[in-house]
Amino acid sequence: MNIIVCIKQVPKTTNVKIDLKTGRIIREGIPSIINPDDKNAMEEAIKIKELIPSKITVITMGPPQAEEALREAIAMGADEGILLSDIMFAGSDSWSTSNVLASAIKKIGAYDLILCGRQAIDGDTAQVPPELAESLGIPQITYAQKIEILSGKVKVEKETEEGYNIVEAPLPVLITCNSNINNPRYPTLIGLNNAFEKDLIRWNAKDLNISKEDVESLTYVKKTFKPAAKGKGTMLKGSMQEMANELAKILKK
Amino acid sequence: MTKVKLQDNYPGFSLTISGVVLNKGDDFTDIDDSTELDRALSNDYVVIYEKKEETKEIKEGNEIWVYAETHNAIISKVTLELLGKAQILADKLNVKIACVLVCDKKENLPEVLFNHGADIVYAIEHPLLKKYSTDLYTKVITDLIKKQSPQIVMCGGTLNGRDLAPRIAKRINTGLTADCTELDVDEDGILVQTKPAFGDNVMAEITCPVKRPQMTTVRPGVFKIHKNTKKGKIINIRPDIKGSIVKIIEEIKTDRTNLDGSEIIIAGGRGLCNSANAKLLEEISSLLGAGIGASRAAVDAGWITKDKQIGQTGLTVQPRLYIACGISGAIQHVTGMQNSGFIVAVNKDPNALIFQSADYCIVADLSQFLPALISKLKK
Repeated sequence: MNIIVCIKQVPKTTNVKIDLKTGRIIREGIPSIINPDDKNAMEEAIKIKELIPSKITVITMGPPQAEEALREAIAMGADEGILLSDIMFAGSDSWSTSNVLASAIKKIGAYDLILCGRQAIDGDTAQVPPELAESLGIPQITYAQKIEILSGKVKVEKETEEGYNIVEAPLPVLITCNSNINNPRYPTLIGLNNAFEKDLIRWNAKDLNISKEDVESLTYVKKTFKPAAKGKGTMLKGSMQEMANELAKILKK
Repeated sequence: MTKVKLQDNYPGFSLTISGVVLNKGDDFTDIDDSTELDRALSNDYVVIYEKKEETKEIKEGNEIWVYAETHNAIISKVTLELLGKAQILADKLNVKIACVLVCDKKENLPEVLFNHGADIVYAIEHPLLKKYSTDLYTKVITDLIKKQSPQIVMCGGTLNGRDLAPRIAKRINTGLTADCTELDVDEDGILVQTKPAFGDNVMAEITCPVKRPQMTTVRPGVFKIHKNTKKGKIINIRPDIKGSIVKIIEEIKTDRTNLDGSEIIIAGGRGLCNSANAKLLEEISSLLGAGIGASRAAVDAGWITKDKQIGQTGLTVQPRLYIACGISGAIQHVTGMQNSGFIVAVNKDPNALIFQSADYCIVADLSQFLPALISKLKK
């Protein structure tokens, strides 16, 4: 099986600060990690490889330092890492990100399964995986909590509003993984060694035949701001009994 | 100018909404700005005293679309919430609201949609559309979008909505904003979509200036439902489709709490300190006929089950009355309950963040306060 795992490097915390002058998120000084759900996707790929001989290719789009995320994924067990980096890709929305990922996956050529995390902890959109599946013209199964590979097809437990569905789809297919699908492993020492010796593949816009129109975001961030609290309410005064009585009166209305 | 009134049964004395102060007992308060009016009216205790009358001719075309999500042939609550917001946007843009109903048999569902604000229902019927599937739903909705060119398409930010909307957006190459918590139109008539990011720590205003339709998924439980009595038009569509590539083998239902209908919700957090206090919370909830909610801390501690978690990774609720007990008020929780009609917070820390979101603040230790409250309620 040829498995492709798409990952994103994100800030380690969601408690970010905003530069009041520019309205941009301050990313300096905040360590980066592989997006948590993407680690679940990576782990799922390794689990499949333990059952069926497979090649795992991990790809990410990001600035040059996103290389760290690829090396960590290789340390976990990926066979190949591809970094998609170009100044043209900066500020991509989900539409343009999916264009870049699709171009890279078409260039890779043969694949049976694409695994992604459910959503990233920075943008929280969950849009890139379905948009990628659409670009490639393959089916998608989102919110997977269990994946089983059968001959030529997958059997997946997919979360629903009422519980979950068991669904089947032919390969190739794109699946997004919930965090409850597995527990991502830690890199081994051998894995870490491999990760730092491994040559990564680096593709820019030219390598992918991507033009400016392919990465011109369709959505535009007008401004960012911290959500405002509505302001402190009325403080009830008095003894415990008096306050309890006051609240009981409201509740009985 | 619209005159609004704070109802006499409001438990507090005054209510401040984006700078406008409404005092209980006042005959009315004038609100000029339509956004401020929307915000004021989103509170259950604020009613219209006198509405300015306008007669506008509604333009044809350029419709606002709401994807009518159904489960087991019932319209999802989020669809009705979207219709409530669509009405506000449609009034500003002077256009019609259309629902896209994808189903095997439409039955009386168009009526439900008309009664909540739809002017038009596109009923796409086919036996293969009985259950949601990504590929078939994407195909039939995309075909219709291409034919009718709506200016806005709104979907509920449910599991299905967030599976479907990006697939449609990509096929027609338009922008999409996920999980919005506020929608408005600017002076140029462009949809301004407010979405939380970084686990609700940051809000972003996003537009799709060039491409049409402007597409959005909206977080369930955020917008208010408005009843309406429209005499709408049904447009029937019989699509030509083959079976879905993804086959549903089995559907499994698990127990999930539904707090949607709760008038009152009482929620506990880390300040419960123990399961005995969580039991007291249960007792109060049964005395009041209230639903039980929890912050993540109380779930992680094992006092309240995960399906009752309110906030960013759980449910979004808007009961008439919300009582937060021993909840610190982290943004991840507040985002799930801030649209409640009246919020009471009990916390032993007078500087607790939750008091910034509350209408009534009670500084007390729950181990003493909850028993005191129970005895008063039983009187």
